[in-house]
Amino acid sequence: MAEIVLDKLTKRYPDGALAVSEVDMKIADGEFIILVGPSGCGKSTMLNMIAGLEDITSGELRIDGQRVNEKAPKDRDIAMVFQSYALYPHMSVRENMAFPLRLAKVDDATVKSKVEEAAQILDLTQHLDRKPANLSGGQRQRVAMGRAIVRNPKAFLMDEPLSNLDAKLRVQMRTSVSKLQKQLATTTVYVTHDQTEAMTLGDRVVVLRGGVVQQIGSPQFLYENPANLFVAGFIGSPAMNFLPGTLENGQLSTGLGALTLSDRVRRLAEEAKAPREVIAGIRPEHFEDANLMDDSAKSGGSTFTATVDVLESMGSDKFVYFTVEGEAATSAELDELAADAGSHELSDSGSQLVTRLSASSAAAEGHPVDVWFDADKVQLFDPKTGKNLTYAE
Amino acid sequence: MAVIGGSTTGRKVRWTIVDIAIVAYALIPVLWTLSLSFKTAESQTDKKFFPSEWTFQNYRDIFSTNEFVRALVNSIGIALIATLIAVVLGTMAAYAIARLDFPGKQVLVGVSLLIAMFPQVSLVSPLFEMERQLGIFDTWPGLILPYITFALPLAIYTLSAFFREIPWELEKAAKMDGATPAQAFRRVIAPLAAPGVFTTAILVFIFCWNDFLFAISLTSTEASRTVPAALSFFTGASQFEAPTGTISAAAVVITIPIIVFVLFFQRRIVAGLTSGAVKG
Repeated sequence: MAEIVLDKLTKRYPDGALAVSEVDMKIADGEFIILVGPSGCGKSTMLNMIAGLEDITSGELRIDGQRVNEKAPKDRDIAMVFQSYALYPHMSVRENMAFPLRLAKVDDATVKSKVEEAAQILDLTQHLDRKPANLSGGQRQRVAMGRAIVRNPKAFLMDEPLSNLDAKLRVQMRTSVSKLQKQLATTTVYVTHDQTEAMTLGDRVVVLRGGVVQQIGSPQFLYENPANLFVAGFIGSPAMNFLPGTLENGQLSTGLGALTLSDRVRRLAEEAKAPREVIAGIRPEHFEDANLMDDSAKSGGSTFTATVDVLESMGSDKFVYFTVEGEAATSAELDELAADAGSHELSDSGSQLVTRLSASSAAAEGHPVDVWFDADKVQLFDPKTGKNLTYAE
Repeated sequence: MAVIGGSTTGRKVRWTIVDIAIVAYALIPVLWTLSLSFKTAESQTDKKFFPSEWTFQNYRDIFSTNEFVRALVNSIGIALIATLIAVVLGTMAAYAIARLDFPGKQVLVGVSLLIAMFPQVSLVSPLFEMERQLGIFDTWPGLILPYITFALPLAIYTLSAFFREIPWELEKAAKMDGATPAQAFRRVIAPLAAPGVFTTAILVFIFCWNDFLFAISLTSTEASRTVPAALSFFTGASQFEAPTGTISAAAVVITIPIIVFVLFFQRRIVAGLTSGAVKG
């Protein structure tokens, strides 16, 4: 159990590349914190710095108030679960899990009881004498977790521990990781590039981009109040829609037509000294099929008519895709997100809009449909800096 | 799977023929030597594959002379010591090359490759002179030293390939589990590299054991002459008689340690030992 403090933590490689830049963070005792970001954002480097596998260029890392910059990994009393599991192939499951205890010169009886206890928690008891080669992916993953929990470390570090599992098992393991963390109440730092894991697992989420922290907060707060375009685009699936727009006298004109902003949004935009040209962000669930709503409910928003490109019925909802005429929103941050998702080819004419409508919507592919969206939920971003102009603390 | 060359039986027959041809090509000279070693001096030239009259006289002869026994001791001692040192040094060097980034790494690899490619014949005369100046001519170290030199590149190359196969994350995991670098190497990396170490040991041993060039050039007496060199000093019972029988017997005897060595280590060369370490 421990509190981990990152104080202006910086990692610069010998070739000058800056991997992690002045990260300030305080991870409370027992907290489950998620580092998330696209590949190459420095999240794994940060984890390795906390682990002691990477040197710290500048800044200070404190565990329980003690500076540990110079301490070897073994003296930091931290356990790590690797993406590849890194099980010792020449040892049985039992020996794998006992390894940290053996190194700590724990007596045989204690080793036996601790390994069996951990095996019990992770449902590995009947596999204790097998070799990793004979285990399934999920079992290997659990052995890797077992090796981490046997010695009650001060903190767990997990480097994309679920990314090698198939989708179904990943969902299952996600809940067990969450349960295990609550049960043990051990400080946990978890690295992932999967925004679903980030949303569901952590107490707090840290979004990283190019080694710089973009925002830290609870998953719900990040979802509702992204600090900038990058966080807005990264958190949420399907992602937020971005449209270029012009702001004039509290009126926002976009490819969806003109819209009168709500008082709340207008006030926030004014406070932030919003420029004329902005990028409007609207989440898919803030759209609705206008025919399903009565007129009074429609008053706080705007309605447009568009032809359905693609319709995906999820049973509980319908995801409806439209093409919006005009330029697509462009900014460095959005480009980076698109590159990470591998979707450059999208905007051949206009930009794509994703909406999430009720299952009872009559929308059909190739046919026009009236769609309403909530004016109060529109977020405005500065295209130059990417800052959220409607950010509410 | 595509069937190459018709039906399965036809293919089997063809493969069997090829296999037999290769085995025969490899083994007939060996069997011929074996046969010669059991023939009496008079029947050496009878051109028969199986001796008409079996005798152990050739073996008795070579073991009755101090010359051969002493050479055998030299061979075993020198080859084992050279193998041990080359493998230990090679393991450390290969580990460094596979895992660490240090200035001059490429140069080191290049130089070791250069040594391996250097024609040994051209080094014999300078080595002869140097060893005489240093006073190690015709001693065990006089042979062990050049053997290590020429075996090291081989050892480094084979071993670094094995080390590269071992996932680096295992070492990181060991560190996180509380191991010192030495403990991580000893308890995690070394056991996994063992097949590579044994393979290398066999190759190096065979290289040292078979060497004739250095053995004949850098020795002058029984003090350090190894078997391949000693064989060339065998003489017949009279000057009109070729020592074919005794040479054959000696050749058979010096093949035995190699076979034992390979059989002994072969069981430890288990392929796919690292499977299951990573990924799902």
